[in-house]
Amino acid sequence: MKTVMEVRNIKKQFGGIVAVDDVSFDVREGEILGIIGPNGSGKSTLFNCILGQLQPTAGDVHLEGRKVTGLRPCDLNKLGVSRTFQLLQVFPQLTVRENLVLAGQEHQGTMLTRLFGPRDAGLSGAADKMIDFFRLGHLTDEKASGLSYGQQKLLDAAMAFMAGPRLVLLDEPAGGVNLTMLQSLRDRLKAMNTEEGATFVVIEHNMEFVMALCTRILVLAEGKLIAEGDPATVRQNPKVIEAYLGH
Amino acid sequence: MRRYRKPAAIAALTLFGAFLLIAPQLFKPYGVFILSTWVVMSIAAVGLNLTLGYAGQVSLAQAAFVGIGSYITAWLTTHGWPFWPTYFFAFFACFAVGWLLGYPALRVQHHYLAFVTLAFNTLVYLVFRNEEWLTNGIYGIMNVPRPSVLGWSMNHPHNLYYFLLAHLVFISVMTWLLIQSPWGRAFVAVRENPIRALSLGIDTRRYTLMAFAIGAGLGGIAGSLYAPLVQFIDPTPFALTLSLNLLLMVVVGGSGYFFGPFLGAIVAVLLPEWLRFAQGFYLMAYAVLVVGLMVFCPTGLLGLLDRIFSTRTTPPGQPEAAALAAAGPASEMAR
Repeated sequence: MKTVMEVRNIKKQFGGIVAVDDVSFDVREGEILGIIGPNGSGKSTLFNCILGQLQPTAGDVHLEGRKVTGLRPCDLNKLGVSRTFQLLQVFPQLTVRENLVLAGQEHQGTMLTRLFGPRDAGLSGAADKMIDFFRLGHLTDEKASGLSYGQQKLLDAAMAFMAGPRLVLLDEPAGGVNLTMLQSLRDRLKAMNTEEGATFVVIEHNMEFVMALCTRILVLAEGKLIAEGDPATVRQNPKVIEAYLGH
Repeated sequence: MRRYRKPAAIAALTLFGAFLLIAPQLFKPYGVFILSTWVVMSIAAVGLNLTLGYAGQVSLAQAAFVGIGSYITAWLTTHGWPFWPTYFFAFFACFAVGWLLGYPALRVQHHYLAFVTLAFNTLVYLVFRNEEWLTNGIYGIMNVPRPSVLGWSMNHPHNLYYFLLAHLVFISVMTWLLIQSPWGRAFVAVRENPIRALSLGIDTRRYTLMAFAIGAGLGGIAGSLYAPLVQFIDPTPFALTLSLNLLLMVVVGGSGYFFGPFLGAIVAVLLPEWLRFAQGFYLMAYAVLVVGLMVFCPTGLLGLLDRIFSTRTTPPGQPEAAALAAAGPASEMAR
């Protein structure tokens, strides 16, 4: 399988604290890679280093062979890397469709053509398809603030896929979502992978969700990579059990 | 109430538009002058609303841009230039100054940005006052000529009022188109959540700069129209007080609402005039009213109206039921 992203020896230090310590891995085309680990293991910091929100102390990130370490998040997004955040990050004042159009508009033409072009940047059709895919059709013209938490999580995930990215990084997509919506979210993400061939990396605490969704899992503990493999192997790994249950 | 929102807005706009058209027939020259001032200040406030209301950048420099626009038109037209080139020059000069100021200033946010822009306003005011070779200092520039359009002179107050009103309509339409475009959506995204906006590929720095520079340019246009209206330009009107007044217009009207600045300008420009019956107490009455307004509706007048007209009339629970139905039978079981 082709490698989409290579992460090499990423290290992030905050003063004397090493939040991420020499972590390396590849993301292969078409896979759903899960990154798990106990609280404070450095998962989100690793994401932020990969995505330009934080400058890594050491190490490199390559996207399809091109070095992208330290690129601004907006430039990285234009190269085809999209993300969601641990906390909900939809735009409450905009409708569901407007949120999706916003998520894709910067990939349409130049700043000048967007100013004089159509109001929806030619994305209404694509937004409606995405809305249908994530089963939000009955809420198309509702403001995001009027949606339930689970529906907002679905919208948040849909926004990450709107620009047809090469790679999507989802930071705790299942956090705070009720069981009904969780099932719907997992089903849609799985469909996005099998039907659309989307490649993504998921950070998650919900083990059941990760085991059911991901094809490969990395385990972080105290900033270090301690295990890697398919869900069944990782589940049996003594180091993982120790990291989660303690000494 | 939600269903009455659009008809109520259309009715209010129609009535207000009709009033603006016949207003010169209803007022004496001083009244027409005050209305003309409202028009000019509305344009400056529309610019500030773009910067503050839509892009979320607190600026206390709008008076400086109004001043730069005024001085450009006043100086050039008194030196024989026709009005129109000075008008466009005022816009582009203020746009450029706004862009140049924005580069360093927009590295900071919120009250820090307010302080930087406040300092810029003070600097520009001092230039107007002290650089006599350019601005004639405190003596100002007198006898600023009024423009004429296709031989139609603006010397009559009514003509000038309609001329200014036409500008307000044009600028409002242009601003409306801007905020309805993908740029407007990006401005809102930058204001609401810059980190998420960045992750969606929105170059927050460039959009913020654009909003700041366009807002400054509209301040320049307001200034360019202010000069022929008052026909005498001196530094005093462009001190910090005007910036604070413009900020008041945006906030009182409803920051981030398209018609907020128009309503805010009514409060800031017309209300003190209507309160003159209170004689020596009129400014105190004005202050009390504004404080009361901000205490009881901090989102501004349009924020208050929005709250009233957004009240649900459909029974609560319907959207939730629709969502569960759409999620399929499993959700029904879960319920």
